[in-house]
Amino acid sequence: MSQLIIDLEIATDATGALPTLEEFLAADQKPTAVFIDADEDIESIKEFTSNLTVIALNFPAFSDGRSYSSANLLRREYEYQAELRAVGDVRIDQLEQMTRCGFNAFQLADEQNVEQGLEKLKGFSFSYQPAFNREPLFRKRSS
Amino acid sequence: MYVYDEYDQKMVDERVAQYRDQTNRFLAGELPAEEFQHLRLRNGLYIQRLAPMLRIAVPYGLLSSKQLRKLAYITRHFDRGYAHLTTRQNVQLNWPILEEVPDILEELASVEMHAIQTSGNCIRNVTSDQYAGVAQDEIEDSRPWAEIIRQWSTFHPEFNWLPRKFKIAVTSATQDRAAVQVHDIGVRIFNNNGVTSFEILAGGGLGRTPVIAPVIKQNLEPEHLLTYLEAILRVYNRYGRRDNKYKARIKILVRAMTPEVFAEKVEAEWETLKGGTGTLTNSEIERVKGHFTIPPYEALDNHVTEIDDRIADNSGFSNWLKQNVKPHKQAGYSIVNLALKQTGVPPGDVTDEQLEVVADLADEFSFGEVRVTHEQNLTFADVPKKSLFSLWQALVSAELATPNLGLLTDIICCPGGDYCSLANAKSIPVAEAIQRQFDDLDYLHDLGELDINISGCMNACGHHHVGNIGILGVDKKGAEFYQVSIGGSGYEDATLAKILGPSFAQDEIPSVIQKLVNVHLEKREGTERFLETYRRVGIDPYKQAVYAS
Repeated sequence: MSQLIIDLEIATDATGALPTLEEFLAADQKPTAVFIDADEDIESIKEFTSNLTVIALNFPAFSDGRSYSSANLLRREYEYQAELRAVGDVRIDQLEQMTRCGFNAFQLADEQNVEQGLEKLKGFSFSYQPAFNREPLFRKRSS
Repeated sequence: MYVYDEYDQKMVDERVAQYRDQTNRFLAGELPAEEFQHLRLRNGLYIQRLAPMLRIAVPYGLLSSKQLRKLAYITRHFDRGYAHLTTRQNVQLNWPILEEVPDILEELASVEMHAIQTSGNCIRNVTSDQYAGVAQDEIEDSRPWAEIIRQWSTFHPEFNWLPRKFKIAVTSATQDRAAVQVHDIGVRIFNNNGVTSFEILAGGGLGRTPVIAPVIKQNLEPEHLLTYLEAILRVYNRYGRRDNKYKARIKILVRAMTPEVFAEKVEAEWETLKGGTGTLTNSEIERVKGHFTIPPYEALDNHVTEIDDRIADNSGFSNWLKQNVKPHKQAGYSIVNLALKQTGVPPGDVTDEQLEVVADLADEFSFGEVRVTHEQNLTFADVPKKSLFSLWQALVSAELATPNLGLLTDIICCPGGDYCSLANAKSIPVAEAIQRQFDDLDYLHDLGELDINISGCMNACGHHHVGNIGILGVDKKGAEFYQVSIGGSGYEDATLAKILGPSFAQDEIPSVIQKLVNVHLEKREGTERFLETYRRVGIDPYKQAVYAS
């Protein structure tokens, strides 16, 4: 079974292998997708985000949280709108945090239960902090 | 105190369900141990030497009598009838059963408590001044700000997988009782003619590499507090080292970048967040402040003649009054400290029955609230002076009136090798041996204030770096030894203690402390405290006394 979830549904990967950030930056004709590792500068694609259709952010280990910051920068500061995919060591218990940072696609690690993953995506009813597409709870309270 | 609304309650309830599911999947073999370890730690559950240990969050140390009674119930039904107060104002259970932890969390959630982020590489429980709201030297009540930070840091989606643990402390008094200079972030609150502002410190800490935090931002306006914290955390999350856990704390990053460059990076990040949706609203600040209003104080005389009479004929009461009772900003009221440092009881341990007595006394004498201090003691913040003698009598019966607050035997001590799997050496028996050596209360009072801090390993949970006398358990070829340092302070004059020299065997420690104390008694001028004398005369006389053959 596919281990890919896109927009709350199990999906099959239509993208294939993605160009690395290095390949992307070197290309004269910019590809429409890119793979960015946790230690790479998200700043370097800031000017290209409007033409990208898939950005994959890597989690080299589930305990490595750097790509959450990259995701927040992409969504909230660079206003990237298209698919933001979590790849690498992506575990179902972290999907709700990833969602709140703006990921909408998840290439789950091997042996992760994709059905349970869909359940986990629901996450918490509220978010104290500002999150992707969510105002912080205190703004809801005062309204 | 802060009372949950429907949103706060929903968050902890959903967390209980989430954690129950994780526990069930682990027990069913669906969740690998290595992954469950990270998940349970984010809920305060360690697997210790003998049993699991559950750390329960007590935000900035504040507890209601209802919560105390629930803790008593939990220790009795799920544990062995006692709880342990930690150096970060939390409560620990030493003998819970892993399978029952979800039930414990459900009990906690029923009284607006939880164990969220009390461990793991995330933002930990925010700590503050135990005298917040009642201290004479306070500029503004720090608790609303600590609560605002608590909510912001709870389940922060971006900062749940940091390079290492992250601790924030808040203070607003002349005397820094929250040790903000040795935290990952310290927040100092100022108030100029009714206008609040913050000074932000970053990159302090104890552990293997103790560092006093530099100030990286001054005059931060209140509405920008959270966006500024977010900027700091983002810089740390992105650039903090992840290759070596001993170099992963923010203090290493700040030092490597230099505080100036770190501050510039934070400033640049903050520019993108400032004024955005994370900016605090006045209504939210007022909403939270509304939970920390002044209690209905009676108009009372500041001078109570009955106390004078009692002092004259009761040295026990008089010692307690002198040492454990502190001045209050409201006339006719006092702050009362319960030192949980009775000889023979591990520092910070409290039984289920004592918790219930404390709850009853809190209801009777202190508006139903109590605070946990980072010195592992308890505080009644609002006791009418006219009730001090009755309260003292009740505390004596409950063995909670040890009059040694701030004295040599008020030892700050981690659980050490008796419980903790990280420890190199035991710490509780060392504390007890010192307490037995110094069992003369008049001598202790004459000696004056002296902080002893004991940590069983380099992780420094006993904050040995900031003890006037610090004791660190070390492993020497498989044997437990103790390194002694002196001259530390965790207050506004924060100083890291200096190591005296080669380490000692456990049974030598009481006599080493005695020798250090003897030097103090010989060299002190007037009413100088141990730290003051040390600062004046330097380390050499102490070294000579301890190592002279």
